[in-house]
Amino acid sequence: MIKHLRSAADLDADTATLILDTAAEMAALSGREVKKLPALRGRTVVNLFYEDSTRTRISFEAAAKRLSADVINFSAKGSSVSKGESLKDTALTLQAMGADAVVIRHSASGAPHRLANWVEGSVVNAGDGTHEHPTQALLDAYTMRSRLGRLDGLKVAIVGDVLHSRVARSNILLLSTLGARVTVVGPPTLIPLDLTDKAQVSYDLDAVLPDSDVVMMLRVQTERMQDSYFPSAREYSRRYGLDVPRLRKLPEHAIVMHPGPMNRGMEIAPEVADSPRSTIVEQVANGVSVRMAVLYLLLGGK
Amino acid sequence: MAYLLKGVSILGASPTDLYIADGVISDKPVDGAEVIDAAGLVALPGLVDVHTHLREPGREDAETVDTGSRAAALGGYTAVCAMANTSPVADTAGVVEQVWRLGREAGLVDVQPIGAVTVGLAGKQMAELGAMATSAANVRIFSDDGFCVADPKLMRRALEYVKAFDGVIAQHAEEPRLTEGAQMHEGEVSTRLGLTGWPAVAEEAIIARDVLLAEHVGSRLHVCHVSTAGSVEVLRQAKARGVRVTAEVTPHHLLLTDELAAGYDPVFKVNPPLRTRKDVEALRRALLDGVIDVVATDHAPHAVQDKECEWSYARPGMLGLETALPIVLSVFGPQWDLIADRMSIAPARIAGLDGHGGDLTKAGTPANLTLVDPSVQRVVDPAELASRSRNTPYAGMTLPGRIVATFLRGEATVLDGKAVK
Amino acid sequence: MAQPRADAPSKIILEGSDLHRVVDRIAHQILEKTSGATGTVLLGIPTRGVPLAHRLAARIHAFEGVEVPVGSLDITLYRDDLRLKATRALGRTELPPAGIDGLRVILVDDVLFSGRSVRAALDALKDLGRPSSVQLAVLVDRGHRQLPIRADYVGKNIPTALAESVKVALTETDGADEVRLIGGLS
Repeated sequence: MIKHLRSAADLDADTATLILDTAAEMAALSGREVKKLPALRGRTVVNLFYEDSTRTRISFEAAAKRLSADVINFSAKGSSVSKGESLKDTALTLQAMGADAVVIRHSASGAPHRLANWVEGSVVNAGDGTHEHPTQALLDAYTMRSRLGRLDGLKVAIVGDVLHSRVARSNILLLSTLGARVTVVGPPTLIPLDLTDKAQVSYDLDAVLPDSDVVMMLRVQTERMQDSYFPSAREYSRRYGLDVPRLRKLPEHAIVMHPGPMNRGMEIAPEVADSPRSTIVEQVANGVSVRMAVLYLLLGGK
Repeated sequence: MAYLLKGVSILGASPTDLYIADGVISDKPVDGAEVIDAAGLVALPGLVDVHTHLREPGREDAETVDTGSRAAALGGYTAVCAMANTSPVADTAGVVEQVWRLGREAGLVDVQPIGAVTVGLAGKQMAELGAMATSAANVRIFSDDGFCVADPKLMRRALEYVKAFDGVIAQHAEEPRLTEGAQMHEGEVSTRLGLTGWPAVAEEAIIARDVLLAEHVGSRLHVCHVSTAGSVEVLRQAKARGVRVTAEVTPHHLLLTDELAAGYDPVFKVNPPLRTRKDVEALRRALLDGVIDVVATDHAPHAVQDKECEWSYARPGMLGLETALPIVLSVFGPQWDLIADRMSIAPARIAGLDGHGGDLTKAGTPANLTLVDPSVQRVVDPAELASRSRNTPYAGMTLPGRIVATFLRGEATVLDGKAVK
Repeated sequence: MAQPRADAPSKIILEGSDLHRVVDRIAHQILEKTSGATGTVLLGIPTRGVPLAHRLAARIHAFEGVEVPVGSLDITLYRDDLRLKATRALGRTELPPAGIDGLRVILVDDVLFSGRSVRAALDALKDLGRPSSVQLAVLVDRGHRQLPIRADYVGKNIPTALAESVKVALTETDGADEVRLIGGLS
């Protein structure tokens, strides 16, 4: 088993599949009355959050607690972090406290890589800057697999602000590792110039939809407008928003995903977000199972 | 003190005996000269760096004029040009004279201050360039390095203004709007790492503009740390047209690439950023064929806390003085005439430093020189560096060449690989 | 615990029809001791306890026409030696639709040794519901208990040395039916 989960690139196909399979068992166990499992009793998981993200923190916290780990939440607000303590000093503190795993959310790309140099325990990336969010990609893959039965050969369109999206980066890596075919779609200003060969690029959402099994809408921040990435929210929404007429262009079986939080009316119409094709609520539930699997596989053994 | 360098090879020529007396090269044996066995050692004119950050005044925790001078002498340098981005900024006669005086007191290399082009490096108002030029520091190079003189009108005026005292503007070519938030070279690696890209065109566009401005007003322009293949092409065309432009390249841009950012270790963060293999190759060719005139270190010491942190919070810059010659040797091999020209003769000419970069075979040449043992391979150990900082990207790398001795106006600053003071 | 080397000498203790007869005998004993297997659930412990549980259910059905519900109970997350070894993949836990509350649960495993797996299974069971009673059926009991645990149904008692190991193979998981004693006997 790997020691850290800093990037989806840390996962080969076998390891990624093991995580998804383990998550499926965890999901089955979560259906019962007694949800707690003793596997990580005596282990300490620290949630080190430099960015506000209640949903992700709660998801990791629930996952760790269901496995009986001790959870310490260390958030930037109201702690020594806001008093300017460096990441390295914080890491040494966590090390002294005997953290077996540190789940880190940070606005700086690569912060989990830095942290891994300074702590002995495992580091799990819960989102770093515009770099990656590997557990989100795992829960997305898990959701696709449970809805559509497979990942190999699946055609996945990732739509929106790919340039700034850590979700897109992790998904491109993980999905291509697991045999899916990814096409990124968005205005050229929001698609990196030198994208990896692991994904196709298209600027035309209507052309891509009829041949997609999955369409994943990314959150688009309206602030991007001020930086000339696109002229207006209205134009963005017209060209790249998923509305009902566009939903009809998808094949019968195709699903609609969104990592949240959504801008309803911007990248996704409310009717689409609430349609039965949408997996948005499932994604949240699957997040806990996937994170349980990750924590168990990183910390469960020797 | 007089010296006899016994069996020394001047620029790789056959071994000879070289006498140093009264601060100059002597063609006659001198009585009582200290004999240095220089068999197997190569004598080069003392190296000259047109781009050094000494951090004093302001960040003496990262480097001082004294520690930086020591690092320079150990690297084979006899003169360094100290960049203006100190705190306070070297934008007045007072500050440049202070730096110049500190250099004299350290006494290990000639420290030639560079003056800021604009007040506070803010890019708004021209600093008192004339006052700095006529100060004791005798400033000839002006640069806002760290920042680009982005305003085209201000750049034009500065280029024109320094003609009165044969000054030169050294431009940090970086279009600021194209590099907002930039962290590393824009390309496949920056996309993968999720770090905001610093596109090559942001450098090339400024160089293209500035060579046209220099041509228009008939002024001298010097381009700092050229880092892209595209910049080389712009410079090649400008030089072919006769524009009075010179350019420098750093040792790190001649050796390292953006792939090194993959582990997010900020020791590899530098501005301009490490580029691609293709850029490295173009820069090497440009230095060989003279489109790029000099190797300059852009020695940029940083305190530990400014590098032991997240990549995007880290300050850009790398140490360079003590490893520059070994890097150049490793890239180009023992091409001693080339090395002497690009690391001593041409930089001395650009900086107007008479007495440096002289002909060691001629009697009367000021005895500014360094002795190199090219047969030694050394592993770079950050702990052994004389700089106050440790941010070398070459830690653990095996590099050829050891600086055995350095002489400043006939006085040894380094002997047997150790600083004399 | 010391494991015998891969090339250590080994001896077949049971195979083919002998093994089938042993399973038949356990099925008969279950029918006997549970008054016809009423109110009973068989829970196999992965990996080889699961096919064994299915075989027992099939034989009980063949002998008396009774349908005994079968499930599986993975104990990985309850093991007390998790941290002593590399992370293990999870097995499946699947209870029959009627659950286990108020029923007699018979845990089924291939080999009874230290008793620690059974302890883990009892812990796991406790989190899943409240059976009226719990029994244990094993194909082989090789001794060396480290906990106060005994089996209600034993296919075969095999006296072993600690340095030896007992390896059960089943057609469903390994392609053949055999019980092999490995090491210790040159």
